[in-house]
Amino acid sequence: MRSDNQAPRAFGLSLAAFAVLVFLHFPIWLIALYAFTTEEASFTFPPPGLTLEWFGVLFQRSDFWNALGLSLVVALLSTAIAVILGTSTALAIYRSRFFGRDAIALMIILPIALPGIVTGIALRSALNLSGLNFSFWTIVIGHATFCVVTVYNNVVARLRRTNYSQIEASMDLGASITQTFRHVILPNIATALLAGAMLSFALSFDEVIVTTFTAGQQQTLPIWVYSQLQRPRDRPVTNVAALFVIATTFIPILLAYRFTRARTE
Amino acid sequence: MSAVGTLTPETARPSDGLLRRIGTAFYRRPVLALIALLLPTLLWIGVIYLGSLSALLVQSFFYLDGFSGRVIREFTLRTYGELLLQQNIDIFVRTIGMAAAVTFVSGLLAFPLAYYMARFASERMRALLYLGVMVPLWSSYLVRIYAWKLILAQEGIVVWLANLLGLQGALDWLLALPGIGGPSLSFSYIGVFVVFVYIWMPYMILPIHAALERVPRSVIEASADLGGRPGYTFRRVILPLAFPGVVAGSIFTFSLTLGDYIIPGVFGNSSYFIGQAVFVQQGTAGNIPLAAALTVVPVVVMGVYLLFARRLGAFDAI
Amino acid sequence: MNGVPAVRLAQVSRHFGAVKAVDAVSLDVADGEFFSMLGPSGSGKTTCLRLIAGFERPTTGQILLHGRDVSATPPYDRDVNTVFQDYALFPHMTVGENIAYGLMIRKVPKREREQRVGEMLTLVRLPDIEGRKPAQLSGGQRQRVALARALINRPSLLLLDEPLGALDLKLRQQMQVELKTIQKQVGITFIFVTHDQEEALTMSDRIAVFNLGRIEQVGTPADVYERPTTAFVAGFVGTSNMLAPSAARPIAGHDAPLSIRPEKIRIVDADAPIPPDCQGAVGVVRDVMYLGMYTRYLVTLDTDRTVDLAVVQQNLDTSSADVQRVKGQRVGLIWRRDDARILRTDLDRSGVP
Repeated sequence: MRSDNQAPRAFGLSLAAFAVLVFLHFPIWLIALYAFTTEEASFTFPPPGLTLEWFGVLFQRSDFWNALGLSLVVALLSTAIAVILGTSTALAIYRSRFFGRDAIALMIILPIALPGIVTGIALRSALNLSGLNFSFWTIVIGHATFCVVTVYNNVVARLRRTNYSQIEASMDLGASITQTFRHVILPNIATALLAGAMLSFALSFDEVIVTTFTAGQQQTLPIWVYSQLQRPRDRPVTNVAALFVIATTFIPILLAYRFTRARTE
Repeated sequence: MSAVGTLTPETARPSDGLLRRIGTAFYRRPVLALIALLLPTLLWIGVIYLGSLSALLVQSFFYLDGFSGRVIREFTLRTYGELLLQQNIDIFVRTIGMAAAVTFVSGLLAFPLAYYMARFASERMRALLYLGVMVPLWSSYLVRIYAWKLILAQEGIVVWLANLLGLQGALDWLLALPGIGGPSLSFSYIGVFVVFVYIWMPYMILPIHAALERVPRSVIEASADLGGRPGYTFRRVILPLAFPGVVAGSIFTFSLTLGDYIIPGVFGNSSYFIGQAVFVQQGTAGNIPLAAALTVVPVVVMGVYLLFARRLGAFDAI
Repeated sequence: MNGVPAVRLAQVSRHFGAVKAVDAVSLDVADGEFFSMLGPSGSGKTTCLRLIAGFERPTTGQILLHGRDVSATPPYDRDVNTVFQDYALFPHMTVGENIAYGLMIRKVPKREREQRVGEMLTLVRLPDIEGRKPAQLSGGQRQRVALARALINRPSLLLLDEPLGALDLKLRQQMQVELKTIQKQVGITFIFVTHDQEEALTMSDRIAVFNLGRIEQVGTPADVYERPTTAFVAGFVGTSNMLAPSAARPIAGHDAPLSIRPEKIRIVDADAPIPPDCQGAVGVVRDVMYLGMYTRYLVTLDTDRTVDLAVVQQNLDTSSADVQRVKGQRVGLIWRRDDARILRTDLDRSGVP
């Protein structure tokens, strides 16, 4: 069925496809390059020389490490909450039909479907009205809200592909609800749950807009990076920190990818 | 076979534990089980989040008293009236125009990659490309913005490349264009536009790819079999079938551009986008009612957009 | 049929919204019986099975297992195990882990578990596959693993939900024999759901024929086939000639609908006398189908030209050429009075499927 002029067309197409792919990736390569530049004050290209000096400087910067630590804790806690909320909702929704079922699904997607600034300002003004102080916990409240959907989506998709008769078989063979969950449901959804958790972690770790509105004096890593963006003096440190952040976010993404692939193959 | 042959019903069941009894109680009352499973989420998202959104909406019907600088809590449409001021209309037009341009160009750039992934790449290559799209999508938003600060800087790689190729003239001409130009690439709408396209494009690639994957090979072969030349088949068969994917992708690119205030803040000038206006109104200006009313605009725009998108079948493609 | 029945359904109904999936069904299954529930899809047989297993709860009525009311007992507290239509093997466990699942839940010591898994694999004739995953097995093997996984718990009752439906014909026939053998060996009551009348006739001690959520007839295979009591049973189990009261009157002299199996009718000369314990009719052969083992004739009755009787005759000493010559001729048809079954009309809600 292949016609003669398919080859040149495919060549043009693959050229365009790879050009787009390069467009998506070369800024990330550039980050890697700039981390080593000897230039202190500007973004001169090509870099006048290469050095490892700035890695050492970043290592001394406690504000960076504090921000990283806070971001890790916030991401872990938000993900833990998202895992509980997302999984229980997925279990409730995937097989039952009840009034308001679609409304709940929509409600869960809303926090990432609406622009971050809407979610952020809504939470901020509500917190102001309630008289709560902005703290570590208000950041977590905001993050968990938009993280639920990643866990929910992954788990519900897996549950829909899981044969329900397995669950009936387990109970038929004497396993109680909790035993069935542990021995049958959990192993079936485990990789999807992990993938959802990884994405949730990445989402929280990287979030800046909602965080801007729900944080008090605390600086998460993205807020730190954002403040660095507006502070030209520190450029070499920012370069190294940027490389560090990119490298860190790769890990959960690659893991999530592995977990979802492993099942489909 | 004697062990199997004799009938010994094991009626005495061990582990008649507490968990088992709780499980049984829920098993007998499925509605109760459903409520128990949903309650945490309903409380968290239903009460905290939807409650906050409603409170925000309510505040958009209050107004800021210009003299005292206090928010007057009585129902009025005055704040919505302020939205119609020319300066605010300009903001809406600027933001929606940018969102439309970003969506259009993202679609143009995303399609070839998605098409190549779905139709031409080998199984292995497809997995690699998929990862190649996922990694930028999920890696740090701010760092990727920062990368463009490096790229678009006056002393950065773009200007360097333009000098190398002898294209400074073209670059200067571009920056001198009224409306979209600016002092340098990193302070111009051209810069804002490029960064928006770069940041949101992966959201366009994935749904298009998913839609193209679902076009059955047999349909394409049928078109070829019935005499459709490749170009004709593409226009009349593949494109219409992939279109819901394009619309699905456009929901993301459009909505995300509409609400973003960081990219125009970093690369733009003093002419605001909606997100920036909201940020300033709720922050330094302390005008929460106006900020709330301003957020209603992108929400309404997206609501209308989603209605159209649903008609075009985009929800099946997400 | 003495002692407490293994299963008793007392006026059991299960409604899904407005749909009465099971409609006031009463039934006793005796201990050690191989009992089949036969019916078309949507007739309520599978829902009935799920009610006994505990996956569904009755809307009204009672379910008793060995005299104990289990209507509100969850499946894991019932002494009943099920072989699922899609086998429902746990994909993340090996064959050995699948079979040992029930024992693991009951905290049976590992040594005993292993020994009993071994026995089970021998029973279902599947040695040496303990370490494999379900995905690596053939359909027939999965079926046996599902059977072993249910039987290892020594339930007092085994439910089988169309377990042979996914197998090809040869394997299905082989499994029918094996299931019957295993049932005799372990002495457990089997309740077997199927839509395949031949399967039900081959394997069962008794059969309940389901239609539209109700049981139309319960009886031995011979009962159900030879003496169908409703038009539905006559039509669903095998094929039958159904005579409406108007067509039955000139032949049988009464105003009740009749069912006559095609193979019970003999073709004789048009003027042959009708023996005293027989009934008969005269008609013209409209069509002849030669089918190898037998030949099928359609005879239009003289008394009612809208009625064709189907007649099946074994090809004892005829050949294809001979049988075709009958076409268009007037012939006599006779059958034993006992073989013309009078059908109940009080249950008849749907007629012939």
